[in-house]
Amino acid sequence: MSTAAPTQEHAEHGGDTNYLNATKGVMAWLTTVDHKRIGVMYLVAILSFFLIGGLLALAVRTELYTPEGDIFSAGTYNRLFTLHGAVMVFLVLVPAIPASIGNFVMPLQIGAKDVAFPKLNLASYYIYLFGAVFMTYTLVAGGVDTGWTFYTPYSSGHSDGSVISAISGAFILGFSSILTGLNFLVTIHKMRAPGMTWRKMPLFVWAIYATSLIQVLATPVIAITLFLLIIERAVGIGIFDPALGGDPVLFQHFFWFYSHPVVYVMVLPAFGVISETITVHSRKHIFGYMAIAGSSVAIAGIGFLVWGHHLFMSGQSELSGAIFSFITFGVAIPTAIKVCSWIATLWKGSIRYNTTMFYTLGFIWIFVIGGLTGLFLSTLATDVHLHDTYFVVAHFHYVMMGGVLFALICAIHHWWHKITGVMFDEMMGKVTFVVVFIGYNLTFFPQFVAGSQGMPRRYHQYLEEFAIYMQLSTIGSYLFALGLFMMLGYLIRSIVKGQKAPQNPWGGVSLEFETATPPDEHNFHEQPVCRKGPYDFDEIDPSMA
Amino acid sequence: MSSQSAEEHSPYLAHHFHTKDQQDAAIKFGMWLFLVQELLFFGGLFMAYIAMRYLYPDTFHDAYLYLSIPMGATNTVVLLFSSLTMALAVRSAQVNDTTGLVRYTAITIACACIFLVVKYFEYSHKIHVGLLPGDFYFFKELTPVEAVHDAPQLFFSIYFVMTGTHGLHVLIGIGVLLWILIRAKRGDFNSDNYAPVENVGLYWHLVDLIWIFLFPLLYLVK
Repeated sequence: MSTAAPTQEHAEHGGDTNYLNATKGVMAWLTTVDHKRIGVMYLVAILSFFLIGGLLALAVRTELYTPEGDIFSAGTYNRLFTLHGAVMVFLVLVPAIPASIGNFVMPLQIGAKDVAFPKLNLASYYIYLFGAVFMTYTLVAGGVDTGWTFYTPYSSGHSDGSVISAISGAFILGFSSILTGLNFLVTIHKMRAPGMTWRKMPLFVWAIYATSLIQVLATPVIAITLFLLIIERAVGIGIFDPALGGDPVLFQHFFWFYSHPVVYVMVLPAFGVISETITVHSRKHIFGYMAIAGSSVAIAGIGFLVWGHHLFMSGQSELSGAIFSFITFGVAIPTAIKVCSWIATLWKGSIRYNTTMFYTLGFIWIFVIGGLTGLFLSTLATDVHLHDTYFVVAHFHYVMMGGVLFALICAIHHWWHKITGVMFDEMMGKVTFVVVFIGYNLTFFPQFVAGSQGMPRRYHQYLEEFAIYMQLSTIGSYLFALGLFMMLGYLIRSIVKGQKAPQNPWGGVSLEFETATPPDEHNFHEQPVCRKGPYDFDEIDPSMA
Repeated sequence: MSSQSAEEHSPYLAHHFHTKDQQDAAIKFGMWLFLVQELLFFGGLFMAYIAMRYLYPDTFHDAYLYLSIPMGATNTVVLLFSSLTMALAVRSAQVNDTTGLVRYTAITIACACIFLVVKYFEYSHKIHVGLLPGDFYFFKELTPVEAVHDAPQLFFSIYFVMTGTHGLHVLIGIGVLLWILIRAKRGDFNSDNYAPVENVGLYWHLVDLIWIFLFPLLYLVK
């Protein structure tokens, strides 16, 4: 990695000055162009919106504890799940890992001083906040009830909710996403340290690269779709509304052309994080480096070709259905390659069973379930029965929520010392993991069963036979929420009175572990040179024996 | 590695880049990526056109005749000419010809304004006779029908959204070109620092290119 001898001796010593205290005051943060500070600001915003989206979820789950719709009216319930979806998808999941962790870690991992366009990075953050303002306004102005998917003609004509403000928010957030992706693509292409060929990049960087490709190419399509929807709603141009001569399925095609690739924007960085944590915490070189790197790009590419699997029940032709089904099976293959490679990485590794590794293993469990259940949905014959049931809800919560969220938790714990300079309480981390893991699975696994037995989604009242599953799910959701609050608690406590972190507690050998802990404002004192791979551990760490 | 002193001392080198070449390459690559996403943005509109045309071939066949080909053609020539002057402006910056840079940028802006003026006349004529999108349509010669069969207002919906979005990009282009003009007059650009001019040039060429597709598609294709 570096030009001098052992990592520990050459480790950057920033003394007491680091990126957190280099300049002081609120304005210094609000006008920063330091990618690390921007990453931290994104993380705080994203977790705040996660809290809001989570509270909306708890409201939904509370209503669903009983079969009768007794707490909220149907109209209010529709607004609750719509806002839950819109907040979670647009404000949380899309930027979750790339904007926060990607911003903080990726430039460090390639040995750069910052991203290619630091001011554009800050602008992306402010555009994100601006979009969030529109979403927040929607929340307080009575909400939307169209579902986060905004299907026409309800959204373009008949709904009386604040559709335009919600869509405008999503439109603006899209620009934040595009500009971040653009920034990262240029950074990865043009600013890698000398000696860091593509094959020596950490897999997290490959993942961010593939994610950024999708962000730049797919997001403009949702932008134009939402733009057309706004005009349709305002002026009645008639492109999506059948009463005016338009085609509502055209909207679905437009919408899902972006919204399918966007789930890969959410999950590819998650895969990248897992590749990092699984190697460092089993102190073993990744199995199948090129397979994992290539599969990230393959998923990005193939992901553009499967959107029609959201339209199996829309009346599209059987041939289209069959083709989309076939290609959807195809996109599972590179994902399976990753999972097999991770497990092979664990084999004969010196596994460190800490909080991060628990969440990493938990991710693999959850994502395999989520991914496999996707196959039921992409099979035409079974999808006829499962479409619009709770099976779909459980599937996407397993991959997006369980997958992306667990990976975000992995990333936060894995790089916590780098971001904050302190260590969190490991025992609390492990105890909380148990609560979170049980709570999470209790919430969503019963939903698979309910859905396969026919319980429809987006209904605020349901048949008595599904009650047991809904009750288990609601109890699970409260347990899950408890676990997340416990996590918030010990993480904040670590900032207030946590143990100061050593420079490299996990013994990682990629470039981000060479910087001071926390890093200096300008990352590296002198340009690091990349001489070996990101997972070329010198020897088995005796402290782990 | 760390001894390209000439470039490192370039006053235009940002602190996070190592060499001016790296910086210029990064900026240009970034601009191309931005153009790619713009193409995808307009691509959605072209898809909408294709979908609507497929659904209503007869309407599109009749309605396009009410667009003014002379005005469209004038705009095409104006934009193509402005692309030429833009390229000449970039060239002027590259060879330290500030006078030329200012002159050509000003002409490009003038062409863009002519484009918008012609558009104004086109639009106001349509507004006057009622060739309008959606609910606002009231042109008598092409009868709008509420049912799902001939629907000329759909053609004009597509027409206004596509040319309107393009026109918005022309307007943004004028703004950005004015910024270049002001900086050029201040003497900011020379053979060492012309990347901003080049990148605005790329944007402008894209705006022109999109019109080159829009014009035949809307005005000429039977």
